[in-house]
Amino acid sequence: MSNNDNFLKVKHLYNRAGFGISYPELHKLSKKNINKVVEGLFKKSEKDDLLSLVDPTEEKRQLLVQAGLYGKKELTDEQKNMRREIVRMQNEISRDLNIAWVGKMINTDAPLREKMTLFWHGHFACRSNNPMFSQQLNNIQRENGLGSFKTLLVEVSKSPAMLQYLNNQQNRKGKPNENFARELMELFTLGIGNYTEQDIKESARSFTGWMYDKDGSFIFRPNLHDNGTKNFFGKIGNFEGENIIDLILEKPKTAEFISRKVYKFFVNDVPNEDHVKELANHFYNSKYDIASLMNKMFTADWFYNPENVGTKIKSPAEFLIGLSRSFYVTYNKPQVLIQLQSSLGQYLFNPPNVAGWPGGQSWIDSSSLMLRMRIPSLVLNDGEIDFSGKADPEDEAVIALNRNSTTEANAKTKPKSYVNATANWSKFLDTLPNDLTPLALTTFLLQPKLNTKITSMVSDNKGLRSTAVEVTSMPEYQLC
Amino acid sequence: MNRRNFLRNTGFVAAGSLFVPAFMKPLEAMALDELSLYKNLVVVQLSGGNDGLNTIIPYGNDIYYQKRKGISIKPEEIIKLNDMQGLNPNMAALKEIYDQGWMTIINDVGYPNPDRSHFRSMDIWQTGSDSNQFLSTGWIGRYLDSNCQTCKFPYTAIEVDDSLSLALKGQTKKGIALKDPAALFRNTNDPFFKSMIQNEKEHLDEDNLGYLYKTMIETSSSASYIQNTSKIYQSKSVYPTSGFSNQLKIVSKFISSGLKTRVYYVSLSGFDTHVNQVNQQGNLLKQYSEGMAAFLKDLKSNNKLEDTLVITFSEFGRRVEQNASNGTDHGTANNMMIFGGRLKKQGIFNAAPNLGDLDTGDLKYQLDFRQVYGTILDKWLDVNNADILSKKFNTLDFI
Repeated sequence: MSNNDNFLKVKHLYNRAGFGISYPELHKLSKKNINKVVEGLFKKSEKDDLLSLVDPTEEKRQLLVQAGLYGKKELTDEQKNMRREIVRMQNEISRDLNIAWVGKMINTDAPLREKMTLFWHGHFACRSNNPMFSQQLNNIQRENGLGSFKTLLVEVSKSPAMLQYLNNQQNRKGKPNENFARELMELFTLGIGNYTEQDIKESARSFTGWMYDKDGSFIFRPNLHDNGTKNFFGKIGNFEGENIIDLILEKPKTAEFISRKVYKFFVNDVPNEDHVKELANHFYNSKYDIASLMNKMFTADWFYNPENVGTKIKSPAEFLIGLSRSFYVTYNKPQVLIQLQSSLGQYLFNPPNVAGWPGGQSWIDSSSLMLRMRIPSLVLNDGEIDFSGKADPEDEAVIALNRNSTTEANAKTKPKSYVNATANWSKFLDTLPNDLTPLALTTFLLQPKLNTKITSMVSDNKGLRSTAVEVTSMPEYQLC
Repeated sequence: MNRRNFLRNTGFVAAGSLFVPAFMKPLEAMALDELSLYKNLVVVQLSGGNDGLNTIIPYGNDIYYQKRKGISIKPEEIIKLNDMQGLNPNMAALKEIYDQGWMTIINDVGYPNPDRSHFRSMDIWQTGSDSNQFLSTGWIGRYLDSNCQTCKFPYTAIEVDDSLSLALKGQTKKGIALKDPAALFRNTNDPFFKSMIQNEKEHLDEDNLGYLYKTMIETSSSASYIQNTSKIYQSKSVYPTSGFSNQLKIVSKFISSGLKTRVYYVSLSGFDTHVNQVNQQGNLLKQYSEGMAAFLKDLKSNNKLEDTLVITFSEFGRRVEQNASNGTDHGTANNMMIFGGRLKKQGIFNAAPNLGDLDTGDLKYQLDFRQVYGTILDKWLDVNNADILSKKFNTLDFI
């Protein structure tokens, strides 16, 4: 394969818009015009296979049981056990859901759609103890991730996960809870400085009565809704929740805020304000069509400028999924994926707060970087990991319960564990041309330009397999 | 030796001295006189929301006994500190510490509009934010960012753990997490790792790749400094066997060997006691107190207690009234325990919690936790707290 511009462009596109690319596919696509390649990427992502790990019927049954136990002053031992058992099962299913999504990202043939889901997962950051709620929100982000931003925003706002997380269940006439209204504007649409405290107070009233029922479905409760006149953005009217969302979308600042966030996720941590403006205008004029925004960005010349190639720090999810995808890794004990996510600082479905993961250089400190450089040899060469990680605060209750009263050591000291993963080396090596040199493989695996040190480090290598392990352990592999 | 050993064998130990890049030299050459003024802060995090009312017990208040019929501690078992408050009997090891004047208890520390989620409230305590504000840097991290004379290097703040808490992450500078200095030293001395940072000049730009290389070089330099400074020191003190005590033992080793670190961070988890609290919390408080007592005495015997300030916090306290499962649910304000050899106000700092004046069943806070941070930043770490916190907080006179 010749190292022409298209080879680099296609590789860049697939790293940013997906989770990397296989050698044969890169070879094939490099011969095409880049706009055609972008078109093909959208085509592949037209389908939206939803996550279906959590069985809603069973979850709804549990919700009803929980609702029945809730508020009871005295519980029988049997009821207490039942409640505990539900919590235990929900935690377990939540972990399975995490693993199912990671697996989906590793194996997907709709990479752009999954990458968009990951983007919206961080944008509409949310935590829920209920795996059905989490799965549903994740599917909303998947189904609408390349559609209308308005539809996406409305669906997210009505999802039980978000209603619960931002306390809209408690938002009622005469006793408004402003949490949702505040984050709607501060984090989801306009950004700080583009609305007033008055706007928050008034719009919170518009969202009163937006709730979910015992079944876990959205319900509008008119008797809890404040029908009065609201003064929002200087306009007087009897605004409902949907009207508020429309008024927010009327402001070009919303298009700008989303475009800047998209730019920082897909292009560069440091936004070029001219490029952001260009995207924002396009997004606004397209009436918030997300696919149109993404297409504009992926076909812009500047997207392929050297300052935007191989210069972004991979998120832990991008790093783990990219590595696993490239080498066809199977995790024999998939729970290790959760341990790795948490140790690297991005436990999916568990963002630090509603603002999501800050990203960029904040992913990297000495311990997370040392671990990242270690993971390829652990995953690809089946090494041992002596990393116990921190206890999740939400797991504290479980830790407290499981404590052994006599021989108590620190609960954080978990035993050493093996990653226990299998890379499919023969499949990987089969994708490569027979005469591929270690240096050419390095060029394929790394996004940053190779310097003389790396060139000389790999040039005396004999095998492709050892080259791959070595190269993926380099700091350069942390960039995409 | 083959550099690829790193990639195969994670336990590989390399011989040879550590390469120190030229621009890192000044730190190793730091003047000795700076050492003598070294003041240490040790932050102890109790994760899960420790029930402060069963830790420092307001036994003189009848409401305590009325609201906690199943879990209250009998007056005769309590280690009385004054006629209102006393220590949980599992904290007997701290009685001697208290009597020595090495302990201060600050009651009812909290913040406005408290959040009852473990995650969110811990976030607030670690970042020092308001309850509706989202910060991506921690209060100690911002102290590192402040460019104070002594906070140029990652080892200025050390967390004895595998991963780094948000509290120690700043915008441009971050602390370092390590559980075992020797293991980190081995890893950074691995041939592969060393070959990556050898003669690394072209990458030390301000961009992301430069940041990665800078992090590697600093990690390597810090690992070597920490290992070489602390390896000779052997503590003569006996510590109880628990993970928590081990963390404190490592901190003591670092402090006593004269490491130029200013902030240490350790944690003990498991305090989310919704069910059958008395035994669970009792075991944890015992671990905590015995570990702390051993640690403080160790420091005293090394003449380091005067230079050390220890603070203990938890993300929230529990509700005043117990729940139906002989446990307690998430609450708000909580006490903080402060230790050190140079406390200005020893013993109980302020009035005991007012159990008769609650906010929907929860304690009202008397002091903002950022007043405590602010006091430490101003008076112990010698920076202006307004530069680290969102605004200037009034300081307290416990130090």
